[in-house]
Amino acid sequence: MNPEIILAAGVASGTILLFAAIGEIFSERAGVINLGVEGMMFVGALAGFKVGVDTGNPWLGLVLAMAAGGALALLHAIVSIHFQADQIVSGLSLTFLGTGIALVLGEGLSGAGGGALLPVLTIPLVSSIPFIGKVFFSNQSILVYVGYLLVPAAWFWIHHTRPGLHLRAVGEYPTAADALGINVYRLRYVYVVFGGVLAGLAGAAISMAITPGWFANQETSGQGWIAVGLVIFAQWSPFRALIGAYLIATIRRLTLDLQGPPDFFGIPNPFYVYQPSTFFLDMLPYVLVIVVLVIGSRAALRRRLGAPAALGLPYVRGERGH
Amino acid sequence: MTIGTSRRPALPFAITAERRLETPRLLPLTTTLGAVGVALVISGFLILLIGGDPIASFGHIIVSAFGSVGVLSDTLVKATPLIFTGLACALAFRMRLWNIGAEGQFYLGAWGASLIVLAPVVPPGTPGIVTIPLMVLAGLVAGAVWGFIAGWLRARFNVNEIITTLMLNYIAILWVRFWVFGPWSEGGFQLSRQFPKEAWLPRLTDLSSVLTVFSGLTVHLGLAFGIVAAILVWFVLKRTRKGYEIRLIGDNPQAANYAGVNIRRNIMLVMLASGGLAGLAGMAEVGGVVHRMQDAISPGYGFTGVIIAYLAKFNPLYVVFAAIAFGALILAGREIQPAGIPSMIQGVILFCVIASDVLLRYKIRLVRR
Amino acid sequence: MTETTLAVEMRGIVKRFPGLVANDHVDFDLRQGEVHALLGENGAGKSTLMNILAGLYHADEGEILVDGAPVRFVSPRDAIAAGLGMIHQHFTLVPSLTVTENILLGLDEPRFRLDLARYEDAIRKLAEEVGLRVDPSAKVWQLSVGEQQRVEILKMLYRGARILIMDEPTAVLAPQETEELFRTLRGMTSRGESIVFISHKLDEVLAIADRITVLRRGKVTASGTPAAGKTKPDLARLMVGREVLESIEKVPSVPGAVVLELDGVSAVNDKGLAALRDVALQVRSGEIVGLAGVAGNGQSELAQVVTGLRPCHGRIHVQGRDVANRPAIVAIESGVAHVPEDRNGTGSAPNLSVADNMIMKSYRLPPIANGWFLNVVIARQRAEELKAEYEVAAPTIDTQARLLSGGNLQRLIFAREITSEPKLIVAVQPTRGLDVGAIETVHRLLLAQRAAGTAILLVSEDLDEILALADRVAVIYEGRIAGVVDAEGADVHELGLMMTGTPGHGSAVA
Repeated sequence: MNPEIILAAGVASGTILLFAAIGEIFSERAGVINLGVEGMMFVGALAGFKVGVDTGNPWLGLVLAMAAGGALALLHAIVSIHFQADQIVSGLSLTFLGTGIALVLGEGLSGAGGGALLPVLTIPLVSSIPFIGKVFFSNQSILVYVGYLLVPAAWFWIHHTRPGLHLRAVGEYPTAADALGINVYRLRYVYVVFGGVLAGLAGAAISMAITPGWFANQETSGQGWIAVGLVIFAQWSPFRALIGAYLIATIRRLTLDLQGPPDFFGIPNPFYVYQPSTFFLDMLPYVLVIVVLVIGSRAALRRRLGAPAALGLPYVRGERGH
Repeated sequence: MTIGTSRRPALPFAITAERRLETPRLLPLTTTLGAVGVALVISGFLILLIGGDPIASFGHIIVSAFGSVGVLSDTLVKATPLIFTGLACALAFRMRLWNIGAEGQFYLGAWGASLIVLAPVVPPGTPGIVTIPLMVLAGLVAGAVWGFIAGWLRARFNVNEIITTLMLNYIAILWVRFWVFGPWSEGGFQLSRQFPKEAWLPRLTDLSSVLTVFSGLTVHLGLAFGIVAAILVWFVLKRTRKGYEIRLIGDNPQAANYAGVNIRRNIMLVMLASGGLAGLAGMAEVGGVVHRMQDAISPGYGFTGVIIAYLAKFNPLYVVFAAIAFGALILAGREIQPAGIPSMIQGVILFCVIASDVLLRYKIRLVRR
Repeated sequence: MTETTLAVEMRGIVKRFPGLVANDHVDFDLRQGEVHALLGENGAGKSTLMNILAGLYHADEGEILVDGAPVRFVSPRDAIAAGLGMIHQHFTLVPSLTVTENILLGLDEPRFRLDLARYEDAIRKLAEEVGLRVDPSAKVWQLSVGEQQRVEILKMLYRGARILIMDEPTAVLAPQETEELFRTLRGMTSRGESIVFISHKLDEVLAIADRITVLRRGKVTASGTPAAGKTKPDLARLMVGREVLESIEKVPSVPGAVVLELDGVSAVNDKGLAALRDVALQVRSGEIVGLAGVAGNGQSELAQVVTGLRPCHGRIHVQGRDVANRPAIVAIESGVAHVPEDRNGTGSAPNLSVADNMIMKSYRLPPIANGWFLNVVIARQRAEELKAEYEVAAPTIDTQARLLSGGNLQRLIFAREITSEPKLIVAVQPTRGLDVGAIETVHRLLLAQRAAGTAILLVSEDLDEILALADRVAVIYEGRIAGVVDAEGADVHELGLMMTGTPGHGSAVA
């Protein structure tokens, strides 16, 4: 029950949620909600692991994982942007599709056994800082460090660059963006696919770094959905997403650790004594997501901040005008 | 000097999409069937890709689902919970309430029905005429409560019901696990003891002494409940004031608000009903097929319900047909290798049906340039 | 004098939409430095034509020349690059972004990094040059409608637009603001800008335009004729093909008891800002009270609190029953009918049938309701009857509402609201976007209801409409009733001053 270890594990596992959430933030900022994240993570996890193991080249696996996520997202983009299908159902169908395909293609793939496929790093100097160094900079997968860089980069892109300005306009009021010559359709395509790429990356993080192996049905255990809920809690801000991701992941790790020891400071551990009760601990992360969603929804109402105004609405260039 | 040049390459033809003014009556049916056809072709291709034999697979599905009376009965048994989950989703979706939690509500319903027998709420030996209705009630209520949680959160805090129902799915599965691994565990395994005969839903085969042709047919009372439920839901939507409100909210919540409809109350009500229907699915499965409570009580019936609802275009009567089709898929799918194929086919079908919806809105034509 | 090249020339433009020809072989030209008005009633094809010029739509046939050279615009970007800027009726400003961000939107500069401070200065300078006051760092949703319009103009000027197309710019302005806009426009033309002014308001067209082109049902009925010497009847004839300037018989009213009474009503708008401040107002049976004001001064919110669609403080009594801060059903049951601003978004369910839309108010009561059930047969019967009586043009009662034209949808809504036999009708912008025939129908219906003793609160941005229909006119400014006057003999100038909050005018006598 070492807080350093727990937090470090939380940061590692939180990176998965972080990638998926940032990807979804970009997609939703552009006005398209993508509920296929879970399916994209699945195919990403499979692609990364399978290719990484078969070819012995983890980087190739990583690239293919991202491509798989992006390809699935492209389907979502075509159907919801071009065909103007309902974004929610389209995303859902991609979850079924992605999960199904991944399960079929992953048939027979053996599970755990190997270590992480991607390098694990410790940053010299910084890792010597007490506590913070041990948690954030020691023995973390390279993907975790990518996560640290991704967040400020995403924030900078969205709020301090010209393309970010266009992104915000497209998600808030696409008619205005269109009238000024911004290609709304193309931008939405780009950001939806990018969201899928990051979801694929999240999946690869699962199968290649954090919990190496292929565990079929249990592979993502709903983290894709947690990430979508996280975006609402994060109010579409990358930094808030970081906090939320690490928080939820740490709690998950905590619930695991609480099941282990026979007693806490002399008091017998109920979870150790009565095994089935550990299931209640397992419920905690999911309950937490619900709580977090309630908080996020109320905050949004209070601060009159909200989703990008055009989220979920297909953009159709006016035909008859008004 | 020309300002602004066309960036598109000059192809000899162009695809134009013209917004439809009216939807021809048979179009939704043809596009759906067409989409399913395309989906099957794509699935076949994918099966080929992984080294399987698509013709054999599909042929196998047809035979093992509709090949004989006995097998047809098995298909109907598999379809029974799907009718309920399909109705649950169709009802909620009609109001644009995205209840993806039918799976969890199913689990709760199964748990509730089991509670009557295993707690026990009624003493052992109680005749079926008492036990069964109690199980039905318990399944209904348990599922309804589970659905209500998400409905209340949505009505009160405007919390996205997709995420909450999904999270509740995971919580429900863990809840059942607790009971099955713990208090109800039989001999240390993750299943409960078998229900006494009085707690079994009557099956056709029970009547084999009267009609020998029924021997071995495991179609149970749940199917009748399901069909009745489908007719009830259809009736409510078409012929009652509440059904009108549901349709109005689903089409335009702002207009419904303007018309004085109490949207919050309807959200909670519909989630109650939707959850209850899914709960009945669980009850039917546990009381009519498995006759015990166990860990993996559902191979994704709740999620398949989503696809069925969409395929049926949220029409309760079509749900029954779609449920039978998918029942066949699940039944036959158990023997197909690899095991994930039915799940994949379902995903492809849903995707194709959604993509095909564009044809309902636009008339696509090939124009020669 | 040498022949000056035309700034813009459009020849033989044809544009078709499913079910209609919006532009039917239209010719249009614009001289340098002139204000050219494009006149026509709603649906005549003016906006479509200009949308083609601005690069938003593609013409099916025809050609466009700018400064004498043929052009083909694939997107608005091309049009802007050619010096054409369009300011739409509904502003294309992103509310959550700042003025500067909106002006920079879509431009290639800055390349990557958004250095707002520098650009804010540049924009401030440009604004001073042209005489348009605006704060570059303000968020657009905080600005008034007039200020937003200034941002739109600046946006185009910043891009070097030499040709400005303005679509119904005065729809959202008070009389004084309109004068200020005209001054700005004349200043711009003297600097060499050319302006197309789309409108359906005859007075303004005669006031500002150098030349006029009139469109009727997609065809040109007058091409670039000089405005000098034209009269309103002349233009009306060109617009509608007959000498119509509405003259509806308005019988003097005998108002009865007070039906609607507001007292100390305050409310907040969607952004959390105060929209209504201590409003007091009365409407009697058999009278029409017109609520005049520039858009954004609280009219929408006033209609919403009376119909139960917005929470509020204070008292709102409908025939003695307090409906303030209660849900819409309370207002409906108290006899309030609502013809909403937004026909499609609020007033109807687009994918449901005409029949289903007709029963939106009556489905709770017999004979259509039968306990928990709906008597579908009777409902359909009633729908057929109403469809015929109110001349709702639709193939059948099973047709989806979204397929109805604006005028027919409004007829449906009126049919529905009037048959509920209301004590009070709240009609908000009831004739917006309708053609002349439909406008006449709406006015007739309102006056008929007035004669029948219904109290009517008419909210409209069209001062002419209010003066034609109302018995008394209440002016709303910044959420307060600035004054109430009798419509008979009301002074438009005085009303305009009240609408812009000039102190010393009006008194809040309800």
